[in-house]
Amino acid sequence: MTPILQIQNLKKIFSRDGQSDFTAVDDVSFDMVPGECLGLIGESGSGKSTVANMIVRLLAPSGGRISLDGEDVTDADVRAICRKVQMVFQSPQESFDPRRTLGDGIGESLLTAGRPAAEAREEVARLLESVGLSPDFASRYPHEVSGGQCQRAAIARALAIEPKLLICDEATSALDVTVQAEIVALLSHLMRGHGMACLFICHDIALAQGFCDRLLVMYRGKIVEEGTPDEVIQSPKQEYTKMLIDSVL
Amino acid sequence: MKALLHFDRVSVSYNGVPVIHDVSFSLREGEILGIVGESGSGKSTLLKAAMGLLGPGGVVARGDIWYKGKNLPDLAEEELRRLSGPNLAMIFQHAGASFCPIRTVGAQLYEAVNAHETISESEFRKKAATLLQKLRFEDAARILESYPFDLSGGMMQRVGIAAAMLLNPSVLLADEPTSALDVSVQKQAVEEMLLIRELYHTSIVIVTHNIGVVRAMADRVVVMKDGRIVESGDAREVLEHPAQEYTQTLMAAVPRLRLRRGA
Ligand SMILES: Nc1ncnc2c1ncn2[C@@H]1O[C@H](COP(=O)(O)OP(=O)(O)OP(=O)(O)O)[C@@H](O)[C@H]1O
Ligand SMILES: Nc1ncnc2c1ncn2[C@@H]1O[C@H](COP(=O)(O)OP(=O)(O)O)[C@@H](O)[C@H]1O
Ligand SMILES: [Mg+2]
Ligand SMILES: [Mg+2]
Repeated sequence: MTPILQIQNLKKIFSRDGQSDFTAVDDVSFDMVPGECLGLIGESGSGKSTVANMIVRLLAPSGGRISLDGEDVTDADVRAICRKVQMVFQSPQESFDPRRTLGDGIGESLLTAGRPAAEAREEVARLLESVGLSPDFASRYPHEVSGGQCQRAAIARALAIEPKLLICDEATSALDVTVQAEIVALLSHLMRGHGMACLFICHDIALAQGFCDRLLVMYRGKIVEEGTPDEVIQSPKQEYTKMLIDSVL
Repeated sequence: MKALLHFDRVSVSYNGVPVIHDVSFSLREGEILGIVGESGSGKSTLLKAAMGLLGPGGVVARGDIWYKGKNLPDLAEEELRRLSGPNLAMIFQHAGASFCPIRTVGAQLYEAVNAHETISESEFRKKAATLLQKLRFEDAARILESYPFDLSGGMMQRVGIAAAMLLNPSVLLADEPTSALDVSVQKQAVEEMLLIRELYHTSIVIVTHNIGVVRAMADRVVVMKDGRIVESGDAREVLEHPAQEYTQTLMAAVPRLRLRRGA
């Protein structure tokens, strides 16, 4: 199977005024196949979000290559790839335009894709329902909903154009466990049924173990461990991974 | 034990739409109270109501929130602002990320303290260093001189939690203070809050979706759904033997680590 995503020797160096350069992502390589759920876990600040931001082209890599669906997108424009890859951000309240309703935010990509307004409205209602929100949330503004409701709206927005790859950056950490289970079931359904792949960045190791097909562990910019969730969690090879698993409350 | 903060039949509305219905509970002195429950059930709203942070559309439509003989919703904005900080302090999900990147941690903490009490910079540094040492930070002086980006995200979140203690509040209200943290930093943040209670006898309300965090910290738990309390009581009792169907569903959905093959 052609990988949906190929990452080769990806690197990100941040330069700082008057300070030495800082390597946030250091020689990271991995592949993902269609329908796969790949979990990315590891320390806060280890570079997980930076990897994700480079894949969706919000950050330019300092080195390495990214290809999406067989096409090199290392230097592509954000707009050129957003039909294939969508991302749910760590803090959804900030990723919605505060002056526009959630419905407008979710429907935008549908309108851009040429769907008639009435059809787009119906689709927004359906998307909201699929993440457990009633259709009247379409008329609310981001500051008028709870943290978890906003996070679900962000998931609905990312799913609107049926991406081939969905990146979830801590997308379920602000949800109560029952809603979390429903969202995970929805994503599983989209992966099984539609071959969507999912890069699942997550602090909740038990959730990642239950949900992902494969796990990567990041530490200080590097991938230090890789395997099936049971391999990584039940027989970790690295001291860092052991420490992480021991910290689970 | 005396109630320090007491919600008495509180109802809250946003733009005339009720979201909290007749909620009563109290926080006792030196106690850690966990609030868990459905997304959108009103947990953050309860904390905001106490702090006067409901925003333009939000009001406490009925009921009282008592703190040291004062009904918080009745207080003028100015009086409430004087109370917050030295008495009631709030910690947010991204406490660590709210620091300005181009000024030192120490300078920003000094400014925050100075808004409430007049204190010289050298006095402040002594006080802050003592607090950080007590909270088991290595090299407190270096932390104060650092810029936020010199410290890891987890370290900044710990500093954010410590910062709330600089004015020695009697109540800490924490809204998902650990949900943006990896599990090892999360554990450190939980230990830091437990240490705060032990050293300063601070009462803490913690809102979280992480049942493990509640289990590790809370003495009592309140479970919310649809703007109402469905169950409350001793933390262990509620978590191990939930009486209500909603709490049972919630506990059944908690992801569990499989540490052994076939487990
Ligand atoms: N400013 C606002 N205007 C209108 N409705 C609001 C506003 N803020 C919150 N709400 C609504 O009030 C209810 C309670 O919200 P709140 O933020 O307290 O929930 P929560 O329990 O903290 O949820 P979560 O776990 O998702 O953070 C929700 O239905 C939300 O949509
Ligand atoms: N825009 C930026 N400028 C400078 N440093 C950054 C920037 N973004 C992230 N970093 C640093 O890169 C490292 C990795 O951050 P991040 O990818 O957000 O980690 P994670 O998502 O794993 O918690 C951190 O040390 C962070 O401080
Ligand atoms: Mg991140
Ligand atoms: Mg909330």
